[in-house]
Amino acid sequence: MSALVQERPTAQPAAVIVSEPRRRPSRRTILLLSAAAVWILGFLVLNGTATLALPASELTDLHRSLNQFNAWVGANRADNPLFLYVFTPLRSAVDAVANLFTTTFAATATGLRLPEIGWLGTVGLLTWIALAVGNLRVALLTAAVFVFFGIQGLFVEATYTFALVLTSVLLTLLLGIPLGILAGIYTRVAKVITPVLDFMQTLPTFVYLAPLALVFLIGPASAVIATVIYAAPPVIRLTAHGIRRIPDNTREASDSLGTTGLQRLLTLQLPMARRTIVMGINQGTMAALSMVTIAALIAAPGLGQTVIRALQSLDVGTAVNAGLSIVLLAIVLDRVTTAASRRAEPGAARSRRLGRRTRNIILGVALAVVLAMVQLSRTMLWAAAFPADLNVGPQIVQAVNAASHWLQSNLSLFTVSLREGVTGAILNPFQSLLTDTPFYILVMVFAIVAYALGGWKLAALTTACLAVIIFLGLWSDSMVTLAGTLVATAVVMVLGIVFGVAMGRSDRVDQLMRPLLDAGQTMPSFVYLVPFLGLFGATRFTAIIAGIIYAAPVAIKITADGISGISPTVVESAVASGSTPWQVITKVQLPMARQSLALAANQGLIYVLAMVVVGALVGAGGLGYDVVAGFVQSSIFGKGLAAGLAIVFLGIMMDRMTQAAAAAPARSIPSKTTA
Amino acid sequence: MKKAERLIKRTLPAMAGAAAAALFLAGCGGASVNQTAAAAGASGTPCGTVNVAMNAWVGYTADAAVYSYVAKNKLGCTVVQKDLNEQVSWQGFASGEVDVIMENWGHADLTKQYITDQKVAVDAGPTGNEGHIGWYVPPWMAEKYPDITDGKNLNKYASLFTTSESGGKGQVLDGDPAFVTNDEALVKNLNLDYKVVFAGSEAALIQSFRTAQQNKTPLLGYFYEPQWFLSEVPLKKVNLPAWTEGCDSNPETVACDYPTYKLNKVISKKLDDSGSAAAKLAKGFTWTNEDQNSVATDIQGGMTPEAAAKKWVDAHQSAVDKWLS
Repeated sequence: MSALVQERPTAQPAAVIVSEPRRRPSRRTILLLSAAAVWILGFLVLNGTATLALPASELTDLHRSLNQFNAWVGANRADNPLFLYVFTPLRSAVDAVANLFTTTFAATATGLRLPEIGWLGTVGLLTWIALAVGNLRVALLTAAVFVFFGIQGLFVEATYTFALVLTSVLLTLLLGIPLGILAGIYTRVAKVITPVLDFMQTLPTFVYLAPLALVFLIGPASAVIATVIYAAPPVIRLTAHGIRRIPDNTREASDSLGTTGLQRLLTLQLPMARRTIVMGINQGTMAALSMVTIAALIAAPGLGQTVIRALQSLDVGTAVNAGLSIVLLAIVLDRVTTAASRRAEPGAARSRRLGRRTRNIILGVALAVVLAMVQLSRTMLWAAAFPADLNVGPQIVQAVNAASHWLQSNLSLFTVSLREGVTGAILNPFQSLLTDTPFYILVMVFAIVAYALGGWKLAALTTACLAVIIFLGLWSDSMVTLAGTLVATAVVMVLGIVFGVAMGRSDRVDQLMRPLLDAGQTMPSFVYLVPFLGLFGATRFTAIIAGIIYAAPVAIKITADGISGISPTVVESAVASGSTPWQVITKVQLPMARQSLALAANQGLIYVLAMVVVGALVGAGGLGYDVVAGFVQSSIFGKGLAAGLAIVFLGIMMDRMTQAAAAAPARSIPSKTTA
Repeated sequence: MKKAERLIKRTLPAMAGAAAAALFLAGCGGASVNQTAAAAGASGTPCGTVNVAMNAWVGYTADAAVYSYVAKNKLGCTVVQKDLNEQVSWQGFASGEVDVIMENWGHADLTKQYITDQKVAVDAGPTGNEGHIGWYVPPWMAEKYPDITDGKNLNKYASLFTTSESGGKGQVLDGDPAFVTNDEALVKNLNLDYKVVFAGSEAALIQSFRTAQQNKTPLLGYFYEPQWFLSEVPLKKVNLPAWTEGCDSNPETVACDYPTYKLNKVISKKLDDSGSAAAKLAKGFTWTNEDQNSVATDIQGGMTPEAAAKKWVDAHQSAVDKWLS
């Protein structure tokens, strides 16, 4: 989920922050309390009625008609003009590009299945590219990591993944940069495009795999198309942002020289936005990597397949080995594109140690060496396929498996009782509070809360979202998902506050934590599921843990930024007036960082929701399960599609509600009694 | 103008390099070790590439491993294995991503869609294995509660099977959501006080049954034969209302046990038409449940699928020769 780069309306800073004098409860509090009262009463009195539960094997008419769509596509693929002239050629074109890169780096379909450029050539070439666009440090990192793939015994898989990421990123840029430029220049385009991007980013990755596979069939082409859909939003947003950010007076200065629109774009807007655009490429690349891994489910070759196989055979060792490769690839892609964006900074050329001429000579010499390596890797077997005797993959797998068996057998008492305790004491009661209350009571409760947070408009939006979910026939499953999501978000917020405050208050903790958080964010969600699956089994608890790990880094970072952003004089004056650290935190820092906390909750929730479907692979029920099952069982295809949409509407609703909570209270409800 | 000049200056070396590399590769394109080494190694008629779908249960892995081993080492084929879900694999016939499914469990709807209607796949005959799906309990339960193996008594025992995941009802533990299953519908249509919970994979299912037998904890779950694990823990089948022709045609109203599956192989029309030896091998391949279980047990015991396949093939040369003749 790259919601990180979403542009959110910046909330107004609250006017009155510290120690508002206590007076009678505000109208908002009264509304929230009455909502809670209605809910509890409804739950106690009408328990179990009108829950709209739909057994897993049952379909509504809507689901059946969506199923028909599946059959229709199958029957009309050969002669429908839409397929004949749009989808099939598009698929072949994307396939051709993907094929070009996979045969170059990973494997050809003939002979010994060696790639066009063997491992030695690949390492050399990629290192040279890293040197050319970045610097020596990232070049060495690239070389080391790609050689390490070979040592892990995963060179072919890693290069498959790399080749697909490369294909996807190129196509993403081809699509995203022009769209971003248009959105940056014309406000009207931006207005049309932004809701589409919002929708694309709220849609969990899994949801569009099934329809895409239906239209474009399984294989690398569908995988690349899915990845482009996932990776394009950050590229479009950041490109547009980079262009819009250019100060007006700079633009006017250029206009006064009589430049035309195209000249202005080429000589002013693009060069000035270059750094932001390259940042977009960085974000897009990271998104592409995580999607390519998941696309293994629709026959994308590479590391994702290894992880899926490990997930299905509970092979922690293999999963960790392949997961390590994915993380390392993520680090290389991140560092190289970051180095490239530094190089793109205006004025970076002046501070370089080497002159351009020296640099070009070095690059030229290096290129000659690289070409020799490429030639070797095409003619010598040892340079084409990574030497098998250097492969220590099986040893890594065995060692990790031994460790995990030990952990599982020694910790099982602890893990099982933790799981049962949390499920029995928190998750189950909360879930039944949502699933066993009549739907009309809950709609009312949500509407009141929405009104309290954001007025009539938000209440109307919330009711509309819930109406769509009811129409989709998935109310009960949505409530199961909501329960898990809210529990996970609550834990994420606790973690966010604890670690965020620690980081915001101490630079040393910050330095210690940040690399960990970065790693947590770059690691594709799939990877860390396997160890937890081993520890906790396939249950909702495991799925919630997966969501927490995915969402906590964002929440922690936002909270930390909020805390450290508080003016030091305020904190110092609180300390000077004799406050204990605890008082400083609870009375000054947390209240002043209230908006950051609300933003952290918003992002945490969206991130958790993005993991709902992936969580279904390790035991979560609800909508995520419907999506996964719809993907693998054609008889419930339609239900899966409907569940995907339900997740989106649930996401939009929760996003708007938390955003409203993040905004200043005075703004949200115009009321005469308070304020 | 100056800017453009600088841009050209900066990108010139890179462009020159790329051009040089392209020329360089084009110049020695024919001499690739990939083709020459392969040409030297192959003998007889070329076999080409076969894409084998790998579904996620060990019995399937055993079939596919033996097929791949023979295709690769006896026929000189290039075998590409793809880890795919059961039903998703069928889509691969249409896209060209999949050539062979080695163990197919029924799937009348997919057979109609891809073999009869779209004509992109061909039935390659039975594997010789007979498949059974059903609900099973660990042997200790069948001893302690003898009447539990009659499906009519399941509601009596529902309270034994409650877990934190089953919402107060008894739990029926299923495997991978991708496996052939009617269990959700069975629970509803047989009015059972149960809830289906998914373990997520064959490995997790086996793990659960093993623990249940070891610790004498109650467990009711989906399971199937042929299956190596049944020789480690002989699970007892629970009898649901017997299967009759057509009783399971509507997945929403099914209220009977699973049929006996004549497991078969399915290959792509493309492979079949090519006349490749790989197609002939796929059609000829047949073995018994014991054969499959022996290979599956080896794989489960830590052998790589390839090594386990080699072991079986070496011991059954004559059977393999019969497939190829």
